[in-house]
Amino acid sequence: MSLDRSDVEKIAHLARLALDENQVEGYAAELSNILALVEQLEAADTDNIEPMAHPLHMAQRLRQDQVTEPDRREQNQAVAPLVENGLYLVPKVIE
Amino acid sequence: MHKKTIVELAAGLKAGEFSSVELTGHFLERIERLDGNINAFITITAEQALAEAAAADEKLKAGEAGPLTGIPIVQKDIFCTQGVKTSCGSRMLDNFISPYDATVVTKLKQAGVVTLGKANMDEFAMGSSNETSFYGNVHNPWDSERVPGGSSGGSAAAVAARMAAAATGTDTGGSIRQPAALCGITGLKPTYGRISRFGMIAFASSLDQAGPMTASAEDAALMLQAMAGFDPRDSTSADHPVPDYSATLNDSLAGLKIGLPKEYFEEGLDGGVRSSIEAALEVYKGLGAEVVEISLPNSAMAVPTYYVVAPAECSSNLSRFDGARFGYRCEDPKDLEDLYKRSRGEGFGAEVKRRIMIGTYALSAGYYDAYYLKAQKTRQLISDDFKQAFEQVDVIMGPATPAPAFKLGEKTDDPVTMYLNDIYTIAANLAGLPGLSMPVQPVNGLPVGLQLVGNYFAEAKLLNVAHKFQQETGWHRLIPEGLD
Repeated sequence: MSLDRSDVEKIAHLARLALDENQVEGYAAELSNILALVEQLEAADTDNIEPMAHPLHMAQRLRQDQVTEPDRREQNQAVAPLVENGLYLVPKVIE
Repeated sequence: MHKKTIVELAAGLKAGEFSSVELTGHFLERIERLDGNINAFITITAEQALAEAAAADEKLKAGEAGPLTGIPIVQKDIFCTQGVKTSCGSRMLDNFISPYDATVVTKLKQAGVVTLGKANMDEFAMGSSNETSFYGNVHNPWDSERVPGGSSGGSAAAVAARMAAAATGTDTGGSIRQPAALCGITGLKPTYGRISRFGMIAFASSLDQAGPMTASAEDAALMLQAMAGFDPRDSTSADHPVPDYSATLNDSLAGLKIGLPKEYFEEGLDGGVRSSIEAALEVYKGLGAEVVEISLPNSAMAVPTYYVVAPAECSSNLSRFDGARFGYRCEDPKDLEDLYKRSRGEGFGAEVKRRIMIGTYALSAGYYDAYYLKAQKTRQLISDDFKQAFEQVDVIMGPATPAPAFKLGEKTDDPVTMYLNDIYTIAANLAGLPGLSMPVQPVNGLPVGLQLVGNYFAEAKLLNVAHKFQQETGWHRLIPEGLD
């Protein structure tokens, strides 16, 4: 699968990544090379093979529905770019 | 003092030959003198280290010291450390002062270590040469024109140059074993889930595993002892007993069955590396081990499988870096989408962007079955290969890397060429198995790593097998010229 400029722009949008205009072609070529590597998988016969989701085939562990973590809101918000009254500030979404 | 292993340093501390404050001062002096040319550290926490050393000296005096009390180490900058910058090698987290400690950090602090600082690494642990770090290349202590490997390149270089007695690393596709091999130290990636991932910045959560990077297998046993164990804060932490890793180090290897995967000795392997591996196998035969050829028929699928699974998981994990709650935020965002896109576009480097985009593509509508589902199936095939191999042998051995350290800039033009550095290490991550690299005979003055892969939770066996070799040989004792 070879990717062109518009494919890369679409993927970058899905991933919410702003790319420099002049780098898009380079990414298209590099991503195409990586996909060529990945497409070697087509050679493997995987009929009747169960997909492996976890190395140890562990079941998801559940815990009691109790509060175990302390309130660390202040410490966590101390590293935020912009907060006000305990809320994270971003550009206005709703007019 | 810096030439000593942890075991020897702990003995010196206990006997009062030197204090932890003196030892810490000695390592800090070496960092100041040597790291300008190596760049293994992103952050040096000298003041904090000396305070921790003073506290360790109190414990030593009171007779309450453990085997790691007062031992100076460095933490890979992927582990959150409270009150200290935790950058993950990225501009995205250049301003991030962690509000909490990773479990690995908590456990090592409880064991009494002194933390000298945070080690350089490939950005978000994505790289095999440490060239993707926002903080610049790390230079291999054996040859400053060469890479230290990656992603735990700063950790490996710091231990190789004896700027720290030990380091922590993480390994998603070889990021402990490959730099350990290229820098001539011992690095252990334990079984998936053996060490908590809590507070370890996530790359690919079904593959990521922390581990020790040390001068010897005996030291790795002590570090692993402190790091391992069940953690309710990590949803995939293994609830499995932790044995005494030092107790079995000297067990006899008579009758040990070593498997050599024929696929690991085919074309692409450097001739010098092959000879060094063969020489190491002779040492094992001398110790009573039996060497048999085995096959891991799906080996060629490991790298392609990894470059679906790891980017897919990374594209999901790294969506948390949104410029809203922590980390880098772009200037003057005009709306929320602009905030996301530019913060991520400016905060992430090229390799991280490539992997996010590959993962996004592989998981996007219409492509999921062809890429991600297919890769999960080939992952099962790779895992089954090992399962069958361990019915015949106790441990698998082979080269850790196809060649010794390559030159800085040599492989940065083509991502795929760089990815093939991890051709021998990736399979253990896909299967979740423990792997270890340790130095064998160097080639042209450059370190070579022998890789050991064991069955699930067989870390004690790997450490035993590595330690016995290190009792017979002195390769792990070599220190780069000019740094002794």
